[in-house]
Amino acid sequence: MTVETESVISLAKNKRNLKRKNANQVLGYIVVWLCGIAALAMVFWIVGYVLSQGFQVINLEFLTTRPAGGVSGEGGMSTTIVTTLYLVILTIVIATPLGVGAAVYLVEYAEEASRGSKFIKLLVAAARTGVEILAGVPSIIFGLFGFALFVLYMKLGFSLLSASLSGAALILPTIIRTSEEALKTVPQSYRQASLSLGATKWHTISNVVLPTALPGIVTGIVLGVGRIIAETAIFWVTLGGSYFLPETIMNSGRTMALHVYSLASETRAFDKAMGTAAILIITIIVLNLAINLLSRRLTARITGKS
Amino acid sequence: MSSENNRLKFKIENLEVFYDDFRALKGISLDIPENVVTSIIGPSGCGKSTFLRAFNRMNDLIPNVSTRGSVIKGSEDIRKTDIVDLRKSVGMIFQRPNPFPKSIFDNVAYGPRAHGQKSMAALEEIVEQSLTHAALWDEVKDTLNKSALALSGGQQQRLCIARALAVSPDVLLMDEPASALDPIATLRIEDLIQELKKELTIIIVTHNMQQAARASDYTAFFNMDEDRAGYLVEWGQTSKVFTFPEKKLTEDYISGRFG
Ligand SMILES: Nc1ncnc2c1ncn2[C@@H]1O[C@H](COP(=O)(O)OP(=O)(O)O)[C@@H](O)[C@H]1O
Ligand SMILES: [Mg+2]
Repeated sequence: MTVETESVISLAKNKRNLKRKNANQVLGYIVVWLCGIAALAMVFWIVGYVLSQGFQVINLEFLTTRPAGGVSGEGGMSTTIVTTLYLVILTIVIATPLGVGAAVYLVEYAEEASRGSKFIKLLVAAARTGVEILAGVPSIIFGLFGFALFVLYMKLGFSLLSASLSGAALILPTIIRTSEEALKTVPQSYRQASLSLGATKWHTISNVVLPTALPGIVTGIVLGVGRIIAETAIFWVTLGGSYFLPETIMNSGRTMALHVYSLASETRAFDKAMGTAAILIITIIVLNLAINLLSRRLTARITGKS
Repeated sequence: MSSENNRLKFKIENLEVFYDDFRALKGISLDIPENVVTSIIGPSGCGKSTFLRAFNRMNDLIPNVSTRGSVIKGSEDIRKTDIVDLRKSVGMIFQRPNPFPKSIFDNVAYGPRAHGQKSMAALEEIVEQSLTHAALWDEVKDTLNKSALALSGGQQQRLCIARALAVSPDVLLMDEPASALDPIATLRIEDLIQELKKELTIIIVTHNMQQAARASDYTAFFNMDEDRAGYLVEWGQTSKVFTFPEKKLTEDYISGRFG
């Protein structure tokens, strides 16, 4: 066999292999595609079902009157919308400074502090592990903690305050971790440039590092908001379930998710549970769209590539 | 070349810099004359960047760095100078342009603002002056509110120079400031350096022999020993170092025989 024929044969083999590879690729593509379709279909089915059921009871009256209580589940859902909003705002106001502050400490100061002292190094390591673990703890555990500490021991009772303190504890790990990641992606060269101009470390953090990390930090906060809107167990044991509008932060209340839960489990008004669930789902969808838009805007503003 | 002007900006005495136990620089002693350009040349890893960071104490920011010997600016050891004052008077330009993700205006105004300047009128004046000095004003005067990241690499580097000038330094440290730029942008930076040296003392690290020969008045050649510790081989007026080097090593390096 000459060298040429050999190479022709091997070329033909290669081609066959290539064909087989192509066939595999197409098969893989189809499988992945089908999985994707199935997952999407599932989501659309659930959302579609809840929305179509829900919209049978949703009207202006449903949205603007408060629940009437009782096993028949009379009334609308107005107070639960407002209470959800109150709870979200209060929780974020508590959790954001704590979470972002902790992340700033971990990313910007912890290393330097640990260098000087073994004890601080140990503390920082413990804090990091703690955050990791807390991120995976079921929300009802935070609920029990909040019930024991805020509701009973600190005598705050079932209240917006107890609930938002517990809720803050629940979402702190998320906010800390996403903020940490965001801070870590800020190029070291920005910090160097700022410090080389004689700016202090704090000035550098507040004027260069934090603004640059803002989109990531906001994402973490919004993930937290979504969690607060969606959770039930933790608020069942800290917020109580009063369907009246809370007048102060010391009053009990009922979020939309809690309302769905109590309508479905304690009343005959399954249709109204669906109606509330539909509004809940719409809220979450709108929230997600808003955050996408906001984070794209922020990123564009920061990178100048609008 | 102004060899008459023999006032010194810096006097470096027996400078040594360590990263943990690793000695990156050993026994460096040399003078930096005022209002001229001094270039630092030498093979990669011989400690040029480390040396440059000793002038504004940026080395202090790196974990486990220790410094021995002294850097005297004017008549004062820089370790005794307030760090904010030191960094205001000794600006630094980095290898890669690193403008902040802010507007052009906010980039230049960053330093003055950090040092308490709040008056918008004063800031506007500083921004215009600094950008003019950095030969960038004409290109950006209508787009001051645009993001600095939208500028070209060469423009970004001149913006960084303007940002450094805005806090009125008397020294500018440049660490291979043109190595990430194209030849035209590089030439613009070199022209700019010639302008700036009328008012500033410039210390520039460069990999590029032609650049050192073209742009600097004094040249210091660094090399490293078998332990990778950087040391000063020789320094003096650029014309002399490049045409009649004292050491064979310098001649070999300049003519491209190693490094
Ligand atoms: N942050 C650091 N930590 C440890 N070693 C470093 C650090 N920066 C530089 N070095 C070491 O110091 C030596 C000099 O580095 P550098 O000053 O960057 O050299 P040059 O700029 O001449 O290439 C090199 O051996 C390098 O590995
Ligand atoms: Mg270097």
